[in-house]
Amino acid sequence: MKRTWRAALSAFGWRHEGAANAALLGLPAVWFLALYLAAIGALLVTAFWTVDDLSGNLIPGFSFSNFQQLLGDPIYRTIAVRTIFIAAAVTVTDAVLAWPFAYAMVRLAGPKLRAVLMALVLVPLWSSYLARVYAWRLILAHDGVLNWALNALGLPDMQIGYSNWAMWIVFSYLWLPFMILPLAAAVERIPPSLLEASADLGERGMATFRRVILPMALPGMVAGAIFTFSLTLGDFVTPMLVGGKGSDFIGNVVYANVGVTNNIPFAAAYAVLPLGVMAVFLLLARKLGAFDAL
Amino acid sequence: MHSRGEWLIWAAVAAILAFLFIPVVIIVVYAFSAAPIPAWPLTGFALHWFADTWNDDEVREALILSLKVAALATCMAVVLGTLAAMAVARMRSVGKEVVSFVVVLPIALPGILTGMALASYFAFWGLNLSYWTIVAGHATFCVVIVYNNVIARLRRLPRSLAEASADLGADAFLTFRRVMLPMMASAIGAGALLAFALSFDEVIVTTFTAGAQNTLPLWIFGAIRLGQKLPEVNVVVFAIILFTAVPVLLAQRLIGDSGRVAR
Repeated sequence: MKRTWRAALSAFGWRHEGAANAALLGLPAVWFLALYLAAIGALLVTAFWTVDDLSGNLIPGFSFSNFQQLLGDPIYRTIAVRTIFIAAAVTVTDAVLAWPFAYAMVRLAGPKLRAVLMALVLVPLWSSYLARVYAWRLILAHDGVLNWALNALGLPDMQIGYSNWAMWIVFSYLWLPFMILPLAAAVERIPPSLLEASADLGERGMATFRRVILPMALPGMVAGAIFTFSLTLGDFVTPMLVGGKGSDFIGNVVYANVGVTNNIPFAAAYAVLPLGVMAVFLLLARKLGAFDAL
Repeated sequence: MHSRGEWLIWAAVAAILAFLFIPVVIIVVYAFSAAPIPAWPLTGFALHWFADTWNDDEVREALILSLKVAALATCMAVVLGTLAAMAVARMRSVGKEVVSFVVVLPIALPGILTGMALASYFAFWGLNLSYWTIVAGHATFCVVIVYNNVIARLRRLPRSLAEASADLGADAFLTFRRVMLPMMASAIGAGALLAFALSFDEVIVTTFTAGAQNTLPLWIFGAIRLGQKLPEVNVVVFAIILFTAVPVLLAQRLIGDSGRVAR
């Protein structure tokens, strides 16, 4: 008996592809709709709520007071600009650093060396985020490894621990593998015949790079940029651990409002900003073909 | 044969590798430092911090919670990610693009946003933060890891295999068990290992879904911030780096096609 209903169901699935797809997709679809997308919806709704000053209870409603407060106080503008600026700087830095590595890995290295280089990128990508931030705290601290090395060379101390420079270095370090991998995949997909054709037509190395390789690898670069930009934009741990005073990110304000003052509506309102920034970024990335390179 | 340009590129590669690995070396060295506060150069070597860390109840409880969360979140991600990948591999419409876009959102959007969205959602329903809220968050951003690995495998497999199985009289369930699952198994395994690693390490979203509980990354974060138990932090981060390297390299083996291990 059991086999018959299974057979009937299978036959139905073969005849009605849509039904079979829906059956497969049902569970993931419910999960993402009911939890993730609904959560983003809840964020947008609670951004308009307020908090009772005395009791600390949430007051549902539709008030612009959170947004007025965010727009009215210049400190929130400074923090937003700092966050977005550093995220952009990190993205550009990683794009520059990733090129020689990705190119050497897929175009110059033999198969053995290539596998080794790939492993050397993957291990830091997946190894503990906090461990790596902590390592930089040890390196950049006043009596840390960097200043010790500088002094050993007879150079004076550098005061980059707990500064925006420190955040720039550490974020660029953290997310570099996320840029190298999609870029390497994109460079690999360029047919060698195109490069030969470019050389045959008399283009020299740099011209081939600028006019053939760079444009063709652009989707891979943008795919990497989604990660480097977004991961920096949404961080608050690195600013807290290596940024020090006066280096708050959007994330730090959100974190403080949820964890310390328990003002979820205000935090939600500020989190709408990275959502908007990423929406624009993802639309641009889609235009540039980055989604096929993810 | 090597041109000057190529030598320059290799020099840059060497510099980038140094940039990537000097911090890792620092972590390894500090784990054996005798001093109770971090200072460079090290004044002495000791092993007793390993025993102290192992015997610290706080560390142990955090480790157990992290393992429990990662285990359940990975199981859920395997089911959801495999189902979604199988559906998308069969689909031909725009629905395909929508699904792959939505699945990648939890890691393509900034962590603070995912965390804040979940925090306001749980607040919206008046839910208290617990083990289950941590798992719900982790499962959501781990789905894409399994999904990416499985869909990459399915794209390389001809659809005719499932059709041949049906022609030979197997129903959809038998085909899944005897044809599809064995072919997807190593991709699912790799995805599961990486999903586990991601869940075990996550701190940003977890801050918003954990409440008063400590996962291991939350314990590390708190200890560094407060400047407490730093020798134990040295040991814990060293151990984590050591143990995460294993599943990652294993996953790379399972995937075979090295280019596809992206988050």
